[in-house]
Amino acid sequence: MIPELGHFALVLALVLAVVLAVVPMAASFQGRYAAMRLAPTLATAVAVFTSISFACLATAFLQDDFSVRVVAANSNSLLPPMYKFSAVWGNHEGSLLLWALILSYWLAAVAAFSQGLPTIMLARVLAVMGAIAVGFLSFSLLTSNPFERILPGVPADGNDLNPLLQDPGLIIHPPLLYMGYVGFSVAFAFAVAALLGGRLDAAWARWSRPWTNVAWAFLSLGIMLGSWWAYYELGWGGWWFWDPVENASFMPWLAGTALIHSLAVTEKRGLFRSWTVLLAIFAFSLSLLGTFLVRSGVLTSVHAFAADPARGLFVLIFLAIVVGGSLTLYALRAPAVRSHISFGTVSRESLLLLNNVVFLVATLTVLFGTLFPLLMDALGQGKYSVGPPYFNAVFVPLMALLVPFMGVGPLSRWRDDSLHRWKSRMLLPGVIVVILAVVLPFIADQGFNLWVALAILLAGWLVAGLWQDFAERRRNSPSLLRSLRRQSPSYWAMVLAHTGFAAAIVGVVATSQYSIERDLRMAPGDSETLAGYRFVFNETARVRGPNYLADAARFSVYRNDREVASLQAEKRRYLASGSVMTEAAIDPGLFRDLYVAMGEPVGTDGAWAIRLHYKPMVRWMWLGALLMGAAGLLTTFDRRYRREPRVAQTEAPRAPA
Amino acid sequence: MHPVRRQRLWVVLSIVIFSTAAIGLVVYALRGNINLFYPPIEVASGAAPLDTPIRVGGMVVDGSVKRADDSLEVSFMVTDYQATVPVVYTGILPDLFAEGEGVVASGRLDASGTLQADEVLAKHDENYMPPEVAEALENSAAKGVTP
Repeated sequence: MIPELGHFALVLALVLAVVLAVVPMAASFQGRYAAMRLAPTLATAVAVFTSISFACLATAFLQDDFSVRVVAANSNSLLPPMYKFSAVWGNHEGSLLLWALILSYWLAAVAAFSQGLPTIMLARVLAVMGAIAVGFLSFSLLTSNPFERILPGVPADGNDLNPLLQDPGLIIHPPLLYMGYVGFSVAFAFAVAALLGGRLDAAWARWSRPWTNVAWAFLSLGIMLGSWWAYYELGWGGWWFWDPVENASFMPWLAGTALIHSLAVTEKRGLFRSWTVLLAIFAFSLSLLGTFLVRSGVLTSVHAFAADPARGLFVLIFLAIVVGGSLTLYALRAPAVRSHISFGTVSRESLLLLNNVVFLVATLTVLFGTLFPLLMDALGQGKYSVGPPYFNAVFVPLMALLVPFMGVGPLSRWRDDSLHRWKSRMLLPGVIVVILAVVLPFIADQGFNLWVALAILLAGWLVAGLWQDFAERRRNSPSLLRSLRRQSPSYWAMVLAHTGFAAAIVGVVATSQYSIERDLRMAPGDSETLAGYRFVFNETARVRGPNYLADAARFSVYRNDREVASLQAEKRRYLASGSVMTEAAIDPGLFRDLYVAMGEPVGTDGAWAIRLHYKPMVRWMWLGALLMGAAGLLTTFDRRYRREPRVAQTEAPRAPA
Repeated sequence: MHPVRRQRLWVVLSIVIFSTAAIGLVVYALRGNINLFYPPIEVASGAAPLDTPIRVGGMVVDGSVKRADDSLEVSFMVTDYQATVPVVYTGILPDLFAEGEGVVASGRLDASGTLQADEVLAKHDENYMPPEVAEALENSAAKGVTP
C-alpha cells in the first residue's frame, strides 16, 4: 500500500509541476497577476508531494518491503537501519527520486525566500524550475519507477546494499552533491527569466547571487566528501581519479566558480551581463550533462549503475531541449541585456575576467578529456581511455597561471587601478613569500622539493594579497576589533574561500610529492619503516560485524620507539551478497596520515598483501574545500541580500540600464 | 584608441592567448596519456602494439589465477572466449577481482605476448560490466562462440 501511495504522490507532484511550468509562465506574458501569484503555492505543493513520495520509498526500505524491486535489489534485513535509509539513494531509481526531491526543495526555498522579487520575475523563475522538475519527475516515472513491485514471487530477503556504499560518508555525499548540482537550476532559472523579461541589472544579480553561492558551496562540500570517501573507503588511498563521474561534478563546479565571480562584477559594476547569463546556462547544462554521463552508463566509471539505454536517451533529449532552448533564447535576447560600461586594462574587472577565462578554459579541457573517449568511440576510432596524466598536465598549469592574478585580486580596485600601486603593495610580501617557499620545504621529513616550494610560493602569494588588502582596510580604522567587525560577511567569505584555495594547493602538491606508498607481503611479526614511522604487524584476528565477517590485521606504529598509533585494517566479507571489501585503517593528522589496508592472503604462513601509506598534509585539501564551502554559505548572511526593499507587487521597477 | 574598443581588444587577446595555451597543453597531454582498448582476440591476432600502453579486458579464466608465495606477483588469463591473453601484475588486486568475472587490465605487452599490467580494474558491483568487456563478449557471442 505504501509504495502505491508513494507512486501516486509522485504522479501528483508531476501534474503540479506541469501546472507550475505552464500557468504562471503563460500568465506572466498576459499580465494576469492572480495566476502568477499561484506560483509559490504550486512550488510548495510540488515539494510536499515529492517529499511524501520520498518518505514512502524510505519507509519501504526501513520496513524491509522486499516486494518493491529496488528494495529487494539494494537492501537486506541485516543491514543497519542507517544504511537502509541511505540505500534509498544507493541505486539509480532512488537517487533520481532524491534528485527530484532536492529540486523541489530548491523550488520551495525560492518560493519562500523571494518575497521581495517582482511578481513577474518570481513567477517566471519558479515556472522555469517547474519545467525542470517536469523533466526529472517524468524521467523518474517513465523510465525508472522506484515503486515497481515484484509480484508474485516476493524474495525472502534482499540482495544487500553494495558494501562500498555502507559508509557514513555516503549517507551525506549524494544529498550534498545534488544540492549543488540542482542548485545551479536556480541560477539557470534566474538567467532564463532575465532573458525572457529583457531585464538584467544589478538588482537581478543581487537576487541571483546568494542562490548561486549556496549551490556552489554545497557542490564544493559534496565533491570534498566524495574525495574523502574515495580515500578511506576504496582501499587504495587515492583521493581524486579524474574519473568521468568525478569530472561530471567538477565541471559544474569550475563553471560555477567562474559564475560566482562574474555575478560579482555584474552586481557591483553592471558589467559582463550577457556573459553571466551564458555562464549560468553553461553551469546548469554541465550539471545535466553530468547526470547523463552518470545515469546512462556510457562511460566506464566506478559510479555507473547497471545501464539502460532508454534512460540515457531520455536524459540526452532533456539535455538537448534545455541547452538548445536556453541558447536559442540567449541568441535572441542577449543583445538586449548587453552592458555598455568600460573599465581600465589594469583593474579588478580585468582580473575577474581573467579568472573567468581560466576557469572556463579549465572546464572545457576537462570536458574534452571526459568526452574524448565517447567521441572516438562514436567515430569508430576505437575505445580510448584518457587517464589522470592528461588531466594533470592540462589542469595544473592552468591553475598555476591563475594564482599570480588571484593574489592581487583582493586588493585591486574597480574601474581603474595602477600597476605601480600593485607593485608597491605586493613587492615586499612577494619577497617574503619567495624566501618562505625556499626555506619551508627543508622542514619536511623528505627534504626540499621544487614542486612543494612552488606550491608554497603560490599559496603564500594568495595569503599575502589577502593580508595586504586587510592591512589597507585597517588603516582607516581606529582599532583592530572595529576594523574586523566592520567588514561584511561577503568580505570574510572571500577571505575564507581564497585561504581555502591556498590550503588546497599546498595539500594537493605536498601529498602528491611527499607521499610514500608501499605494497608489501607481510606476516605477523614483520615490520616496515616509512618516513620514520615503523609499522609493526602484530597479529591477525577474526571479527564479526552486524552483516559481515572480517579478517583483521592489527598494526602498531612507532616513531622514535614511541607508539603513535594502533591501527586495525579489515577485509570484510558481507554475508548477504558474499562480496568482499577492504576497510582501510587510518591514523589522521593535520600534517600526516598513516594508512594501512589489507590485500589478499599470500602463501601459507599467514602472510597478507599489505598496503602501507604515509600521506603528508592530505587533509589540507579537504580542509581547503571545507573553507570554500563555508565561505559560500557565509555570503548569504550579507545584509544587502536581506535588507531588500519590498517592491510593489503590481509593477516591476525599471532599474537604470 | 576608444576605451571600449581597447577593452574589447584586451578581452579578445586574453581569450586567444589562453585558448592557445590550453589547446597546446591538451595536444601535448593527449600524446602520451591515452590508451586504446583491445579485446583478447585482437591481441592474439597481433593487432595490438608491443610495448605501448594499452588496455585488455575480458573474463578471468577459471583456475588461471596464480599467486607467488614470496611476493605480490599474480598471473592470470583473460579471455573473450575466442582467445586468451596472459596477464602479470604485481600488487594488490581490487576486492571484486575473481575468476569468472569481468576485468580490464592496463599495461604493456611484452615480446612473449604477456600483458605486464600496472593497473587492474574489476567491476565494482554485482551487476555492472565494463562496457568494453560487454562489447567484446557480445562480439564473441555474435560469432557463435559462447562460454
